[in-house]
Amino acid sequence: MIETAFTPVQSLGGGALIGIAAVLLMTTVGRIMGATGILAGVIQPTGLADWSWRASVLAGMISGPLAVMLITGQMPAVEVPVSTTMLVIGGFLVGIGVTFGAGCTSGHGVCGMARLSTRSIAATLTFMLTTGITVFVVRHVIGA
Amino acid sequence: MRLIIIYLVGLVFGVGISISGMANPAKVLNFFDVAGAWDPSLAFVMGGALIVTFFGYRLVLKRQAPLMSTSFQVPTRRDLDAQLIGGAAVFGIGWGISGFCPGGALPALGTGRSEVFIFVLSLLAGIIVARWLQVAIVNRAPARIRQIEEPK
Repeated sequence: MIETAFTPVQSLGGGALIGIAAVLLMTTVGRIMGATGILAGVIQPTGLADWSWRASVLAGMISGPLAVMLITGQMPAVEVPVSTTMLVIGGFLVGIGVTFGAGCTSGHGVCGMARLSTRSIAATLTFMLTTGITVFVVRHVIGA
Repeated sequence: MRLIIIYLVGLVFGVGISISGMANPAKVLNFFDVAGAWDPSLAFVMGGALIVTFFGYRLVLKRQAPLMSTSFQVPTRRDLDAQLIGGAAVFGIGWGISGFCPGGALPALGTGRSEVFIFVLSLLAGIIVARWLQVAIVNRAPARIRQIEEPK
């Protein structure tokens, strides 16, 4: 377990930027800013025009930490308090889940909830609940 | 030009994720660890993103069409089904185990950390297996429900 500092200002500001990006993507190409859909469309393309906007968004996302380093002189922190095995199992389950659930924190949690979509609200409540239960079980029951 | 503008939109998202702490599994897991090292920051990320998107979408979707495309492509389904809820539940378990979600991990690739690549490769494997399963399930279903939902 790694202690982290409470960062309300950075988190609110970062959240606002995430929202601005979602609104700008809707304004330009008319699409939902969902990481799951963007990634799925990049690895299983349906056409060059569709692939190219997704690849551009993805390239921009990956450039984010570099832009932050250029501005602040510091790479954003990525602290991983779990084992490689947990990363592999967790990643695989996330891939299965977001495909069947048709979205993740950005697609359902931000874009869908902002549209007051019943499916997105139900999906978000469900994954927040199971994430909370999983963290409790891993940290306080199993004690990993 | 179009792709450069779209790249910049992705960059705004990537900077937002980086600043907010969503790319940091320690912070994400601590948000859920109410009984331990609780860090409520994530609530501020969701709050900030939701307020901006809620009002922004209302303005944008009044337009006839987006600037660089012929129409808005917004999901229209409203029904709840087992795939949606089951999928979301499995996603949550994976998120709780690893601390990474797709929106946090993709920008985190830019830090060059090997842990992020391990997570994203596993994520891709999960997506590919799930797509294959969906096709197998759909092909055995009655014709009227033979459709695979496009993920968001």
